[in-house]
Amino acid sequence: MERVIFYTLALIMIVFAIASVTSRKMLRSVIYLLFVLCGIAGIYFLIDYNFLAAIQLTVYAGGIIVLIIFSVLLVHHIEMELEIAKTSKQILTAVTCLIGLGVFLTTIFSHDFNVVENSMTTTTTEIGTKLLSYGEGGFILPFEVISVLLLAAMIGAIIIAKGKKLTDKKTI
Amino acid sequence: MIPGISIYELLTVTSILFFIGLYGFITRKNLISILISVELILNASVINFVVINKYLFPDMLQGVVFSLFIIAVAAAETALAVSIIIGLYRQISSVEVKDVETMKH
Repeated sequence: MERVIFYTLALIMIVFAIASVTSRKMLRSVIYLLFVLCGIAGIYFLIDYNFLAAIQLTVYAGGIIVLIIFSVLLVHHIEMELEIAKTSKQILTAVTCLIGLGVFLTTIFSHDFNVVENSMTTTTTEIGTKLLSYGEGGFILPFEVISVLLLAAMIGAIIIAKGKKLTDKKTI
Repeated sequence: MIPGISIYELLTVTSILFFIGLYGFITRKNLISILISVELILNASVINFVVINKYLFPDMLQGVVFSLFIIAVAAAETALAVSIIIGLYRQISSVEVKDVETMKH
């Protein structure tokens, strides 16, 4: 059963990822990306990390996709077709990527992983305790740093997007 | 871990996703499309963190915590990139890569 679900998800993800990077219509390529992200959330559900799947669905499918769709609608006409690279460049890039993929796969398949057979589930409580613990192996410092980073990104985004008006006010 | 699925199959899928993202990153000529490709690459790396944590070190949580941090950084990066794209569109009315070289002055 899990095999069938996994292979279906993998097929959906790969097909829609290819569609997303080759589609010439902007909005469609964003929607294809949404399908890929939902497939990744499905992988997290399969692998038994429910918290991460929920995060993936809310932050990516709910937040980032909406942001990108907004920016597409603000800067494009919906049916506008994009210009794409020359065919020779596309073929060259595809061949390079295939060679890189071959190197990756030979490295992965020649490495012997020490897989631990297990069926543990990770609860949200454990993740929260780990994130906020001061002790050995705790993640309190990166957690605080990431909150400051998010605040800085938010202020930066507001200032960049408002740009001219703010600087004009300053000079007056 | 997923019963019946080995770590090799999962790592194969993430490698394929990574290289699709890389292909898009090089061939697309549009800032928003490049942003989409970067999202694909980041997501492939996040799945790698989670899978290796679950299959090789199931009693630890480092992979999950790091994937949370990667998702947070990706969200911040997308917000900044979108605001830069919109500001740029106001200035030069275009989001094509070849028109952006005026930024370097």
